[in-house]
Amino acid sequence: MSFISMFDVLGPNMVGPSSSHTAGACSIALIARKMLGEPVRQVAFTLYGSFAKTYRGHGTDRALLGGIMGFATDDERIPSAYALAEEQGIAYDFSYNHTETEIHPNTVDIQLTGIHGHAFSLRGESVGGGKIRISRINGIAVDFSGDYNTLIVVHKDRIGMAAHITKCLSEGMVNIAFMRLFREAKGDAAYSIVEFDGTLSKDVQQKIKEKKDVDQVMVIRIQEGQ
Amino acid sequence: MDFKNAAELLILCEKENCPISEIMKRRECDLAETTNEELSKRMHKALTIMKKASTEPLTNPRRSMGGLLGGEARLVNLHRQEGKSICGNILSQAIAYAMGVLEVNSSMGRIVAAPTAGSSGVVPGVFLALQKEYDISDEKLLTALYNSSAVGYLAMRNATVAGAVGGCQAEVGVASAMAASGAVELMGGKPAQCLDAASTALMNLLGLVCDPVGGLVEYPCQYRNAIGVANALTAAELALSGVKQLIPFDEMLAAMYHVGRRLAPELKETAMGGCAATPAGCAACVGCE
Repeated sequence: MSFISMFDVLGPNMVGPSSSHTAGACSIALIARKMLGEPVRQVAFTLYGSFAKTYRGHGTDRALLGGIMGFATDDERIPSAYALAEEQGIAYDFSYNHTETEIHPNTVDIQLTGIHGHAFSLRGESVGGGKIRISRINGIAVDFSGDYNTLIVVHKDRIGMAAHITKCLSEGMVNIAFMRLFREAKGDAAYSIVEFDGTLSKDVQQKIKEKKDVDQVMVIRIQEGQ
Repeated sequence: MDFKNAAELLILCEKENCPISEIMKRRECDLAETTNEELSKRMHKALTIMKKASTEPLTNPRRSMGGLLGGEARLVNLHRQEGKSICGNILSQAIAYAMGVLEVNSSMGRIVAAPTAGSSGVVPGVFLALQKEYDISDEKLLTALYNSSAVGYLAMRNATVAGAVGGCQAEVGVASAMAASGAVELMGGKPAQCLDAASTALMNLLGLVCDPVGGLVEYPCQYRNAIGVANALTAAELALSGVKQLIPFDEMLAAMYHVGRRLAPELKETAMGGCAATPAGCAACVGCE
C-alpha cells in the first residue's frame, strides 16, 4: 500500500469545484507541460467520458488550459485560463469524445507543441481525490502516478538499457521508488520510467543521455512549487 | 512509527503518553522523511487557505458556476449578527463558514480538500468557529488539524472517502468525524474521547447518499456541509460530556464502508437518484450539462 500523507487527507490545496474534475485535470496538464520542457504554442485536448459530459460545470477545460501554462492545482489564475492563454498566444482546441466507453471515465488526451517545435502526446486519467495516472505517451501504453519525481528515458529497445539507467542512478545516489519499462514492439521505441525519491542532478541526466540509442531524457519535478 | 487502525493509534497514544495530533506528526516525520518545521509550514498554508475561503463569502458572495449557489453563507452570518440565531453563536458561525467554503469551491475559488472538495467546509467550519469563540491561537488550532488528519487517514486507508464509492457518508460523514475528533482534542479531551466522537459523527450520517443536482459539486453538497458541522459539534459535545460510544471507530468505519458498497449506483455521485432525480432538482439544472 502506498503511503497516505496527512496532506493527502487535508489536501490537495486546490481551486474548486472537484478534486477529480478540476484538480486532477490540472495535474495531468501540468505534467504534460513539464515533460514538454518549453512554453506551449499549440495544444489540442480530447475529453472522454465524464470529463466530456460535465467539463463546463467543473471547470475541467480551464483547469487543463491552466495546467499547460504551468499553473498548479491551487493557482487562482485557473478561472481566467482562457483569457491568459489568448494573451500568451497559445492556440488551443477542445474536442469531446462521447462514444468511446472502454476507457477510464475521467480521461483526457493532450497533444502539445512547444514554441521551439518539440511535440508529443499524452493520455492522463484522473482517478479520484486529485490523484492521477499517465497511461500513454506518444501512443505507447505507460503507467506512472505523478506522485513522485519522475525520470522518463526515451530510447531504442536494446539489451542493457535498464542496467545503464540504474547504474547512472546509483552512482548519482538516487533512490528508486518504482521503475518500469514500456515498449511498443521488440526493438522499437521504448520508455523507461523511474519514479524516485529526492533529486536528480543534471550530471546524472547527462550521463544517461550519453549512451547510444538514448533519444531523450526528461525529468518531471513533482515537488516543486508546493 | 505507523498505525493501521484506530486501536493501534490509541495504544500508541497511551504508550507514548501523547495526543493523537502528536502521533500523527511523528508518523508523518518518520514516513515522509520530513521535519516538524516543514509540517507546520505546510499546515499553516492550508489553514490560511481555509480561513480565506470561510470568511470571504460572508461579505463577498459569489455565484457558483452551475448557478445553484451564492450568498447562503452571508445570509446565515447576518442572521447571527442580528442576534436571531436559534442554535447559538458557535454552531451558527460554523454553518456560515462551512457553507462559505462550498460557495468558494463551486465558483472556482481556492480551498483545501478535507478530505474531498465536496466536503471541504466541515473541518474549517468547526475549527474556525471554535477558534473565534474561545480565542484559540493558530498554533493550537494546528493540533486539531493534525488530529483530524489521523481520522481521515484511517478512512482513506481502511474504507473510502469517495462519494462515487461510498456515498456522501464517505465524504461529509468522514469530514464530520475528522472535525469531531479534532474538536475534542482542541477542547481538552483524551484520545479515546476523540475517537468516540469520530465514531458518533460517522454513525449519525450512516447511509447518507451522494446525489448532486446536475452532477455538480453544489447542491445539496453545501447544505450537507452545514449538517456536517452540526453533527461534529454534537458528537464532540457527547464525548466531552463523558457519554460513551458503544461501537469503536474501526468498527463504525467498517460499517460505513459496508453500507457504502451496498448503496445503489444511482445514489453514488451519478446524479440519477435522490435530490438529483426530483422534479425540482431536474428543473434547476436546465443550464447544467
